[in-house]
Amino acid sequence: MSNRLTRRGVLRTGAVAGAGLAVPTIFTGSSARAYTNEPTGSSVTLGFNVPQTGPYADEGADELRAFELAVEHLNGGGDGGMMQTFSEKNLKGNGILGKEVKFVTGDTQTKSDAARASAKSMIEKDGAVMISGGSSSGVAVAVQGLCQEAGVIFMAGLTHSNDTTGKDKKANGFRHFFNAYMSAAALAPVLEKMYGADRKAYHLTADYTWGWTQQESIQAATEALGWETVNNVLTPLAQTDFSSYIAPVLNSGADVLVLNHYGGNMVNSLTNAVQFGLRDKQVNGKNFEIVVPLYSELMARGAGENIKGIPGSQNWDWKLENQMGDRYTGTNAFVQSFGEKYGFPPSQAAHTCYAQTLLYADAVERAGSFDPCAVAEALEDFEFDGLGNGPTLYRAADHQCFKDVVVVRGKENPENEFDLVEIVEVTPREQVEYAADHPMFAGGNLGACNSGA
Amino acid sequence: MDAIILQILNGLDKGSAYALIALGLTLIFGTLGVVNFAHGALFMIGAFIAVSVQKLLSLSYVTLDETRTDFLGNPVKVETPYVVEWFGPEVGATIIDWSVPIAILFAIPIMALVGYVMERGLIKHFYKRPHADQILVTFGLAIVLQEIIKHYYGANPIQTPAPDALQGSFDFGVLIGFDPNVIIYPYWRMVYFAFAALLIGSVFAFLQFTTFGMVVRAGMADRETVGLLGINIDKRFTFTFAMAAVVAGLAGVMYAPINSPNYHMGMDFLVLSFVVVVVGGMGSLPGAVAAGFLLGILESFASMNEIKSILPGIDQIIIYLVAIIILLARPRGLLGRKGVMEE
Amino acid sequence: MLGLDRKDFILLLVVFALVVLAPFLLNPFPTNSAMAQFNAGYPDLMQRFVIFGIFAIGFNLLFGLTGYLSFGHAAFLGVGSYSAVWMFKLLSMSVVPAIIASVIASGIFALLIGYISLRRTGIYFSILTLAFAQMSFNLAYSVLTPITNGETGLQITLADPRILGVTATESGSIPVTNLLGAEMRSTYIMDVGTWAFQFNVGYYVCAAIMLLAFYVSVRIFRSPFGLMLRAIKANKTRLNYTGLNIRPYTLAVFVISGMYAGLAGGLMASMDPLAGAERMQWTASGEVVLMTILGGAGTLIGPVLGAGVIKYFENIFSKINSSVLESWFAFMPENMQHAAVYVSEHFVGPGWHLTLGLLFMLVVTFLPGGLVEGGQRLSRLFRRKPQKDAARDSTQSNPAE
Repeated sequence: MSNRLTRRGVLRTGAVAGAGLAVPTIFTGSSARAYTNEPTGSSVTLGFNVPQTGPYADEGADELRAFELAVEHLNGGGDGGMMQTFSEKNLKGNGILGKEVKFVTGDTQTKSDAARASAKSMIEKDGAVMISGGSSSGVAVAVQGLCQEAGVIFMAGLTHSNDTTGKDKKANGFRHFFNAYMSAAALAPVLEKMYGADRKAYHLTADYTWGWTQQESIQAATEALGWETVNNVLTPLAQTDFSSYIAPVLNSGADVLVLNHYGGNMVNSLTNAVQFGLRDKQVNGKNFEIVVPLYSELMARGAGENIKGIPGSQNWDWKLENQMGDRYTGTNAFVQSFGEKYGFPPSQAAHTCYAQTLLYADAVERAGSFDPCAVAEALEDFEFDGLGNGPTLYRAADHQCFKDVVVVRGKENPENEFDLVEIVEVTPREQVEYAADHPMFAGGNLGACNSGA
Repeated sequence: MDAIILQILNGLDKGSAYALIALGLTLIFGTLGVVNFAHGALFMIGAFIAVSVQKLLSLSYVTLDETRTDFLGNPVKVETPYVVEWFGPEVGATIIDWSVPIAILFAIPIMALVGYVMERGLIKHFYKRPHADQILVTFGLAIVLQEIIKHYYGANPIQTPAPDALQGSFDFGVLIGFDPNVIIYPYWRMVYFAFAALLIGSVFAFLQFTTFGMVVRAGMADRETVGLLGINIDKRFTFTFAMAAVVAGLAGVMYAPINSPNYHMGMDFLVLSFVVVVVGGMGSLPGAVAAGFLLGILESFASMNEIKSILPGIDQIIIYLVAIIILLARPRGLLGRKGVMEE
Repeated sequence: MLGLDRKDFILLLVVFALVVLAPFLLNPFPTNSAMAQFNAGYPDLMQRFVIFGIFAIGFNLLFGLTGYLSFGHAAFLGVGSYSAVWMFKLLSMSVVPAIIASVIASGIFALLIGYISLRRTGIYFSILTLAFAQMSFNLAYSVLTPITNGETGLQITLADPRILGVTATESGSIPVTNLLGAEMRSTYIMDVGTWAFQFNVGYYVCAAIMLLAFYVSVRIFRSPFGLMLRAIKANKTRLNYTGLNIRPYTLAVFVISGMYAGLAGGLMASMDPLAGAERMQWTASGEVVLMTILGGAGTLIGPVLGAGVIKYFENIFSKINSSVLESWFAFMPENMQHAAVYVSEHFVGPGWHLTLGLLFMLVVTFLPGGLVEGGQRLSRLFRRKPQKDAARDSTQSNPAE
């Protein structure tokens, strides 16, 4: 007998070894198995799906480091990292529910097709019971949809679009990372403090879903302060040279440029804007300013000196606990064990992936089962602390985490390449919360949890 | 009016990058008859020569500063570049600051060598093979080259700034009677345009006024006859390929400050430069340059708000749309000759 | 038999046997052995093998026969996928209307693009097709988002009407794609000793369609129409001088080839109801070109082999990470193990692109006719075995150039 793995849509016949062909029976729905990929042996397999090729490969590599670290800690290796500071104490370093944690990895290539192919192979071939990771919203939404259909849990990695827990939310998908709305809500008051309430903003927006939700969010938030939006120009995703979009900005009467770009787009548009000398100019009697709503520390390295003084938001930063105090406990424990192992501090992508893995493991322990529906129930409306973000809530209505948002600014004199941003302020959770039926998140339906049974 | 002048400036700049890459591509097409999908990779290697020279010049020795600690509580490592140690802080800092222009000196021999090795080692064997085979082998080579770069430099873009003196922008509008801040243009982009014009000019002068260039042009017109005349065409092929590699590499070096180089920037430019070459007409050097500037300027115009508000998304497709219209109106592109790559 | 000569019929039988027995052939290693990493016999990848096989067979009809190198074929695959998903959204979850719609839509799209692009030949034709495909991709990603759902890709949701089906199942989930009630995703697993063989409904649906597509392509290769197309490849000018207008022929094969691509797209959506814009990007068009040349352009079986190899690398090699490598080399002393892991790490996992690039270079340098030529050389080595020979010979009957 070889009932080591079970898979989706499958009945294991358990034919006696060597007996050969059993009578083929095709099953379409109800059968005896409990749920997809129920781990029956002494180990459980998790699937980590990150970009390993393409522009986000370095971000993917950092996520993978965090996943490996999390698995090591779950299995009792290392110093335990954030397991010690986590408010729940169910994780004992003996795996999950006593089963040793194993993992498989795959390459999303930052394409929804490739990401789904990779996730499918983890589910169908390797028997993964949870999929995590990713570095873009398109991929997150696509893989989340797949996990919903397959009946496994999806713990989203870095995905910032409102849609992931809005229009495209799914009962089997959970997001720890913050979103465009929260970025905007956290940034707006800080922007007012820094630049005043009488500003004219010019938006450059990446022409795809994430860009639009980001722009919509920040426009609404800044207009509520009294800012005026002069223009919003959509830029093609494949654009590398933004000069023709940036050149007209100065003459438009705007005195703030908002770059709703991420990753490579952000590096290039920011570099171009600085090249055009925008930041040395005076418009309407004020210094011209540039804002980047979502920061990616890894990508910020590519923009080098250009990010100095430019504000943006982050889900987490490795200096959080040192600078903002005990509320963010867990941060140092994580930075310590990550730094010991790899020699440099972790990125926010690494942090969210590590946290997601622990949150999943803990939910399984509390549910007492790997059954996706039981796990989902354990995660819903779950309040926790000690994972570096302060007290956090996993809201049941949309499976979004609510926590404080870090507002950062490019550092004037960075000490090394990991120390590019400084924390300006932490916007408390209450200010970034919104109703589950907020218009920017409307149109979706969690649906019913699917365990694959 | 001001917006139009501004976009022409932008277009000239974008166009110079397209023209430089397309120039080398069409040179290789025209003389060697090879479809070189690795040409974008040569551009990318050029940009990474700038990165490497910058790193090389800022090569540092490490001392431990016991008074400060890093995030893990270990003493902070203080890095002092060797050039600062050798030439003193002032001169050393200036050398590092000017690393991109300095990289040009390195790029010429390195790119010539890369071109030589590529042609002798690989491309040579594919002259008589079908274009499909050439595509497969050069595409494979492009992947290998970019994976090697990725291995050493990572996938993230790496900032390679222009010298301080050439940063910031020039108020062009004031010169021609506009208000300040209406037409501004970065110094480095002007340098790039001037550099491209110079490079294109020298390639043309070389082909026009030297015996060697004459043979190459003759080879582009009719390779077989030139071969029959007893001229050693092989050597000239190698030289032509190396020259195309140098042009692409220099375009890459100078482009590094405009957009931080990353390992897949070659692929990003590859398709565009092919479109440019074909729109210009296969095997036509002036055609490639003209098409490069034309597409650059049109792309800039398409990104103007006034045009985008009438035709949303036009900036996404303008290059391809223009390519289709030109190819339908002129069967062999702007200046292409009959019979080249039409089979 | 079936209107084929003996050689072709044997080839068809061989392909039939390979496709039917794929769940065994692709799963040669026991499930819990270290080599199980190389098993490719799980439903998703097997489906991809045959779907991309269809795509490449169709591409080869155009490129292999006429020599017209289209660099925009992925656009048809994308159009096929979008049409199929829209059918799932509007009509029902049955794959039949979806596949029919995808073939028709891509056929019409191919007719439009082909009509314009075929006015030019050679590289000018390639760039025209490339331009159309890139325009489709860029627009699908941005401006056409209401139709294509942009970056995220078109998905089925709980809010879709599905007028002939159900909007949601009783348990509140999205219904799954099916053929006459048989769900595409249902799989039967057979355990034999420590082996586990997976038989998936979706795979066999795709496989049946692929066999049909392969059969049609053999018939086209051997038909007077196919002969005409080869004449176009050999010498267009001469054909023109004989007073023949070649446009109708090239346009016909372009549309057929586009419909094959659309069929592949429709099947992809049927197996996994999502259509992403990047399916239309030039890299995707380039991929099918590479598959065809890698396998052997102009041969019957080559494109299918090429598709298989590239998809195998993408899905299997990319998943080998350093901890897998460590377990493989665990038998070595520690220093050697680290060295072996360090070296091999560059070629698998994040380095799978490197291996693929090297493979392209090696194959095209040493096997000018692609993988099929490799097979021929092998068969020449084993001349003594007549049965194998017959199968190989029939693949040989259409040399690449």
